[in-house]
Amino acid sequence: MDYFLTEEQIMIKDLARQVAEERILPVRAKLDEEETFPWELMKDLAQADLFGICIPEEYGGLGGGCFEYCLAIEELARVCIGVTTTYAASGLGAYPILLFGSEEQKQKYLPEIASGKRLGAFAITEANAGSDAGSILTTAAPDGDHYVLNGTKQWITNGGEAEIYTVIAITDRKKGARGASAFIVEKGDPGFSFGKKEKKMGIRSSATREVIFDECRIPKERLIRREGMGFVIAMKVFDISRPGIGALAVGLAQGALDLAVTYAKERVQFGKPIISFQAIQHMLADMATNIEAARALVYAAAKFVDSKPKDASKESAMAKMFSSDMAMKVTTDAVQILGGYGYMRDYPAEKMMRDAKILQIYEGTNQIQRNIIGQALNREYKVRRK
Amino acid sequence: MNIVVCIKQVPYPKDVKLDPKTHTLIREGVESIINPFDMYAIEEGLRLKERYGGKVTVLTMGPPQAEEALREALSYGVDDAILLSDKAFAGADTLATSYTLAMGIRKIGDVDIILCGKQTIDSDTAQVGPGLAIRLNIPYVTYVRKIVHLNSKKIRVERIMDDGYETIDLNLPALFTVVKEINEPRVPSLRHKLRASKTRIPIYSAKDIGADIKRLGLNGSATRVINVFKPQRKRKLEWIEGSVEEQVEKLLDRLRTHKIIG
Ligand SMILES: Cc1cc2nc3c(=O)[nH]c(=O)nc-3n(C[C@H](O)[C@H](O)[C@H](O)COP(=O)(O)OP(=O)(O)OC[C@H]3O[C@@H](n4cnc5c(N)ncnc54)[C@H](O)[C@@H]3O)c2cc1C
Ligand SMILES: Cc1cc2nc3c(=O)[nH]c(=O)nc-3n(C[C@H](O)[C@H](O)[C@H](O)COP(=O)(O)OP(=O)(O)OC[C@H]3O[C@@H](n4cnc5c(N)ncnc54)[C@H](O)[C@@H]3O)c2cc1C
Repeated sequence: MDYFLTEEQIMIKDLARQVAEERILPVRAKLDEEETFPWELMKDLAQADLFGICIPEEYGGLGGGCFEYCLAIEELARVCIGVTTTYAASGLGAYPILLFGSEEQKQKYLPEIASGKRLGAFAITEANAGSDAGSILTTAAPDGDHYVLNGTKQWITNGGEAEIYTVIAITDRKKGARGASAFIVEKGDPGFSFGKKEKKMGIRSSATREVIFDECRIPKERLIRREGMGFVIAMKVFDISRPGIGALAVGLAQGALDLAVTYAKERVQFGKPIISFQAIQHMLADMATNIEAARALVYAAAKFVDSKPKDASKESAMAKMFSSDMAMKVTTDAVQILGGYGYMRDYPAEKMMRDAKILQIYEGTNQIQRNIIGQALNREYKVRRK
Repeated sequence: MNIVVCIKQVPYPKDVKLDPKTHTLIREGVESIINPFDMYAIEEGLRLKERYGGKVTVLTMGPPQAEEALREALSYGVDDAILLSDKAFAGADTLATSYTLAMGIRKIGDVDIILCGKQTIDSDTAQVGPGLAIRLNIPYVTYVRKIVHLNSKKIRVERIMDDGYETIDLNLPALFTVVKEINEPRVPSLRHKLRASKTRIPIYSAKDIGADIKRLGLNGSATRVINVFKPQRKRKLEWIEGSVEEQVEKLLDRLRTHKIIG
């Protein structure tokens, strides 16, 4: 499908593809096997200016939007979503500052993230607060010119590797949903440390780690916007980041389709390439069609986000949910088409299938995305009846 | 530091075909790349600039389509690009190529360092670098694997050899041809790619560089390609049998008769 991209958008896509094929492809299996953090690749992505795509030019970025970002993510994800998750999580850490930060905060942190000199991370989840983010226990208490943070965040992507963390913590428990606030915490702040690094099913080159606040003192200027905005900030951030998860899914699924078609043309059974069997052709046809449908939805949602609407929660939830369910199915079918070889680590199909699962879980499970879409529908139709 | 990197656009190795009549490479309609060794020269130029300041210019002699190679070089961050292109340059061998490049570099003016690849993958002669240095009357070192340090006048480099390496000090300006051990080329950057797409690349003709028409292209070439053919293999295989001692004796015999050992 031709999306009539501009010259600059094509350039972004081409460059991301070049980096993915020249740098990521040769090492993706090793990174997965050894669960090593891809620092070298992060340097390549930084050199290529890919960290700056959606950061405004005045803060050292290239001034693109969610759509351009999705184009880059999709191309990188075709080769490895472990590496691409690491890349995208840095952007997730930057979004709260980009959307809600003060001029000083933007000046200080965005150029560092845009240049890839420092990685970002976003921390909300805790052991007992996943989908139910409102039940987080981490607190931030004012103390003179400082806030003091206490608590433990769990499963933080880029934990330990990133240097700039945006953290959601409770500032006033009595206020419920209005009682949380967002803060910037830097690696090296007193009382800030890292706990267990998880061993995962997929995206194994990405770091998923506990981050621990033990009497962690940060200057008051690290508060983003004002107290009580924590959950609003988190929700708005997810509204613009979720099309990116959709792009991860589309890229991953495209990589799986590329592999499955190539294999099906080469593998001979009963004297014929297996692609000549209609059962295989139909599977491939469904895979290709669903990828194209998801891509169209992701691109549309990303462009909608870039139009700066009042509320993009429904559209971005749809892009995330539909695409990640699609990627799970497509990667599973790719393994099926490769048969026993698909199950072996000699081929990337099994990795793609293991990797795909996370897309249905993080940045809000797909059940939660359906809740968001359902609630939006409920609101929309109420408004119309009036 | 004024650095010039000479690059050549070559056909993508998988697509190479020869014209059966002229025996030259068919270059039309074939995907082209920057000669792989020249990528290391570009990277080294950029690293020198990052360490010591200055400016990196890429220079190529080639048909108008060689502009693509220059644009690609710009996307890695080199400052300027110059294309030497003229019908009169066509058919150049190493002699005419190095003369033309030398005239192009004279036109650029004060140059401190010239970097070339160790050789091309489409002609493999490895002569253009040294030929260019001679015409510019400056010292050169081939097969450089490391630039150790430099100041405004002097430079120290390491040259790779079969059995080790040499360390060489020389005065600037100088020319170096580089091997792939020298560095690991970076990836292009979006910012530079955007700039590259908008840069107007100057094209210099024979007249622009003040070249003597008799020394250019086919006219100025001392070599003519008469024929290109696959060498016939004339190998003989012989099994030497017997006990180990017998085999050794027989082998020594053969080696002596063929005067391989005394
Ligand atoms: C690899 C990885 C990386 C991560 N990175 C980050 C990160 O960088 N930053 C961060 O803050 N968090 C991160 N997370 C956390 C992630 O966002 C949460 O795992 C996710 O939000 C789900 O929370 P949970 O795992 O606690 O599941 P739970 O909330 O316990 O859910 C369990 C099951 O119940 C379902 N469920 C829960 N509530 C409802 C409901 N109301 N209706 C219907 N179904 C429901 C869920 O869909 C799920 O199937 C990461 C997680 C993983 C695994
Ligand atoms: C036997 C023989 C067969 C040939 N066959 C053909 C043919 O089929 N078709 C054809 O078109 N030509 C042919 N040539 C010409 C050949 O391409 C030229 O000699 C060429 O211009 C330079 O030689 P090289 O490619 O071996 O460069 P090398 O000396 O191997 O290159 C060393 C370095 O010099 C620099 N350099 C070389 N050429 C250029 C350039 N044009 N611009 C800028 N920098 C440069 C690069 O940095 C390169 O890495 C042939 C030559 C010979 C001797």
